[in-house]
Amino acid sequence: MIARDTPSDAQPKTTTPPPTGLGQAPPAAAVDEANGVPGPSIVVRDLNAWYGARQAVAGVGLQIAPRQVTAIIGPSGCGKSTLIRCLNRMHEVTPTARAAGSVELNGVNIYGEGVDPVQVRRVVGMVFQKPNPFPMMTIFENVVAGLLLQGGALRRELEEIAEQALRQAALWDEVKDVWRKASGASLSGGQQQRLCIARTLAVRPEVILMDEPCSALDPIATYRIEELIGQLKRDFTIAIVTHNMQQASRVSDFTAFMLAEEDHIGRLVEFGPTSNIFTNPTERRTEDYITGRFG
Amino acid sequence: MTSPRREVAGFTGASRLTSGGSASRGDRVFSVLVTLAAACVPLLLIAIFILLLLDALPAVQRYGLGFLASSDWDPVAEKFGAAAYIYGTVVTSVLAVLIAGPIGVACAVYVAEYAPKWLAEPVSFLITLLAAIPSIIYGLWGFRILAPIMRAAVEPFLKNTLGNVPAVGALFSGPTVGRDYLVAGVILAIMILPTITAVSREILRAVPNTQREGMLALGATRWETIQRAVLPYARSGIAGAVILGLARALGETMAVTMVIGNSSTQIRPSLFTPGYTLASAIANQFTEADKEIYFSAVVEIALVLLLVAGVMNVVARLLVWGVRGPLGSATRAG
Amino acid sequence: MAGLAPSVAAPFTRSSPHVRRRQLVDALATGIMTLCAAAAVLVLLLILIFVTLNGLPALNLAFFIERPLPQGEAGGGVAPAILGTIEMLAVAAIIGVPIGMSTAIYLTEYGRGPFARLVSFLIDLIAGLPSIVIGVFVWAWLVRHVVGHYNGFAGGVALAIIMIPIVTRTVEETLRLVPDPLREASLGLGIARWKTILKIVLPTARAGIITGVVLSIARAGGETAPLLLTALGNQFFSVDLLQPVAALPVQIYNYARSPYEDWQVKAWGAALILIMLIGSLSLLSRWAATRRLGK
Repeated sequence: MIARDTPSDAQPKTTTPPPTGLGQAPPAAAVDEANGVPGPSIVVRDLNAWYGARQAVAGVGLQIAPRQVTAIIGPSGCGKSTLIRCLNRMHEVTPTARAAGSVELNGVNIYGEGVDPVQVRRVVGMVFQKPNPFPMMTIFENVVAGLLLQGGALRRELEEIAEQALRQAALWDEVKDVWRKASGASLSGGQQQRLCIARTLAVRPEVILMDEPCSALDPIATYRIEELIGQLKRDFTIAIVTHNMQQASRVSDFTAFMLAEEDHIGRLVEFGPTSNIFTNPTERRTEDYITGRFG
Repeated sequence: MTSPRREVAGFTGASRLTSGGSASRGDRVFSVLVTLAAACVPLLLIAIFILLLLDALPAVQRYGLGFLASSDWDPVAEKFGAAAYIYGTVVTSVLAVLIAGPIGVACAVYVAEYAPKWLAEPVSFLITLLAAIPSIIYGLWGFRILAPIMRAAVEPFLKNTLGNVPAVGALFSGPTVGRDYLVAGVILAIMILPTITAVSREILRAVPNTQREGMLALGATRWETIQRAVLPYARSGIAGAVILGLARALGETMAVTMVIGNSSTQIRPSLFTPGYTLASAIANQFTEADKEIYFSAVVEIALVLLLVAGVMNVVARLLVWGVRGPLGSATRAG
Repeated sequence: MAGLAPSVAAPFTRSSPHVRRRQLVDALATGIMTLCAAAAVLVLLLILIFVTLNGLPALNLAFFIERPLPQGEAGGGVAPAILGTIEMLAVAAIIGVPIGMSTAIYLTEYGRGPFARLVSFLIDLIAGLPSIVIGVFVWAWLVRHVVGHYNGFAGGVALAIIMIPIVTRTVEETLRLVPDPLREASLGLGIARWKTILKIVLPTARAGIITGVVLSIARAGGETAPLLLTALGNQFFSVDLLQPVAALPVQIYNYARSPYEDWQVKAWGAALILIMLIGSLSLLSRWAATRRLGK
């Protein structure tokens, strides 16, 4: 039986243990213990994803807790990137890719009938592995790129929001002299990634997804981003995919461990508070991965 | 698509180590032969330029810059001014680009961004087929099919609707014969469209997917992604594609000469004017030339065309290489 | 510092007027792009259909094997033009293919440094030259100075100049696809470099080379302008390349310009033959291209 500790309560599960590797459906309503107010959360139930005929992810169920950092770890090929891209409906952008299941954002299933993926992505933002600022735009234009899509903002408002986003991304001091002139691509790798974070923050999403945001960066830039994540979680719900276990243990409150067996289909092995996963995992496979016996 | 140039390590070293005598002599001979063949390329270009210059020299010396400024082309009186031909070339080529530019880029966007995979290749292939049709057949089709339609329907329509609009109206005035700059421009547009589309498609494919994903993740629709992330990134490459199309239009001869009228040498603003382009003038005047100076003047037209087309091509390729790197035979659309 | 207030999660099916407008623009854009592509394909079909419909009535046995009859007389054919085209294409291939292939070999196997880059750039430049300029050049050189009158050999040379860039580029691309380990293995066995190229690399690339050569012949076969200034055209059969020679494109041109209805029909017929010739050559080259490298 997989022990589950959800952030809100510890209702005992009455369902029979699922086949190994499958997560359980956690309770829906999530309460932010720190502030006592409900926050944005994602509840995943029985999520499956394919690339054409090849299934990449099967039967995943977990919860991205509000105003917490949830890390998704696992060896390469385990489907963690696929999983996180399902959370903002980016997975289906790849030709022939599709997903099925339930992903509830504050109780609304984003895979439900008539849901517009464009709207979903406005509310669930994403930062990618390789920083991808728009080189033809200035730093300022990059930050407001998402805002301009929504329309209606005045120039004055744009500047205020952009400055606020850059401050929150810990980039303002470094670019405030040149942000109206310098290209987004003229920054260093770490700065570019913080620019991408600022760009995501500017549209005020509820959830921020990060797909290995530091793997293309040097250790110092990585450290600064990890610091930033620690600050951002006060205001945002964050899910981060990382292949770096130490990073997961440093940064996250909850951790999900995924694995693909011989059938190359990724499944959730274990999910719980980070401290549990790393010091006292329930599953043997989790323990093997944590201690470096494979992956 | 071409792969980047590779240094094949140890190439000469291996052959030196393992061979001697006749093998290395064979290598030397072979390498000299292929280098000579490759040297034919710059030699050819130099030869073309010099020979044209030499044969055009009498006319260049006699008429100087007036050749480019005067539209008076009178072989009997030995007065040669190519301004009308230059005008015709400019008008028809610009018209062709105005039509084929947006539509060609739109086709490329469709193939690169919208079409499902099974449809993209066939459509792209069919558009490339347009480039394989010989220009004489475009001329025949334009002369017998398009021109009558233009004369009977399209041109009167344009004249009635736009002919009375101030400023623009002058473009659509005069008798609608169906053999004029307008028809030539339309035929040229069809002919250069595949070039613009093929090159633009390569450019669009070179835009990294991370750019598209970045914009999509901010909550953009597909068109917004193309408009705000993809096209700006591909800007200079697409400009290069359009200029390549323009360069092709400048030099096109047979299709143009059959629909452009080849009659008057007056410079008039109306698109319904028959005229010449530099290329069609050469084709028409060549067999008429009976005097040395006449020949020389016609060769000078060719020289002008050579220089203009050459410069356009250089500029275009620099723009395209900037985004994509050296091109392969994707550009053999023309 | 106060965080950015999270927005209320909107059910993603409800859309504001602004969002509906964006969706409309997106749909409109999709429609326009599709329409443009459809229009381009439609124009292609129109041209091919008209050439076929108008050209078929002219095709009979006489058309293929007889020479043109004087104006006003019915009957006759374009056989001299077909023969002339084949003759001049043969000359062009004999001159152009070796030079083009050798240049391609130079660029792939030998060329390094500025000269090779120059050659590569100039190849594209020649490809972009108006064919009538090439015609004037060959006229000035071969017709005017060397031979003294219009001749078929000059036509062949002009077509060769047109062919060279195409052969070079396509063969170059094919040679680059031959894997380096193949070359290295041969050299490692002590085989001289020139033998490696001739006996191992070229045969491996045979399919692509054939494609390139056939493609260039197809392109050159459709050229008219340079032939007007060099080979001039001929009503009679001619195998003497030092005299004017007929060619299909030139024949089409002459027929099309005439006032006789019969000749107009013949123009379409000759056009159909030309298209069929080029079409079958192109199909041949594509078929050769789909065959695997090396076998």
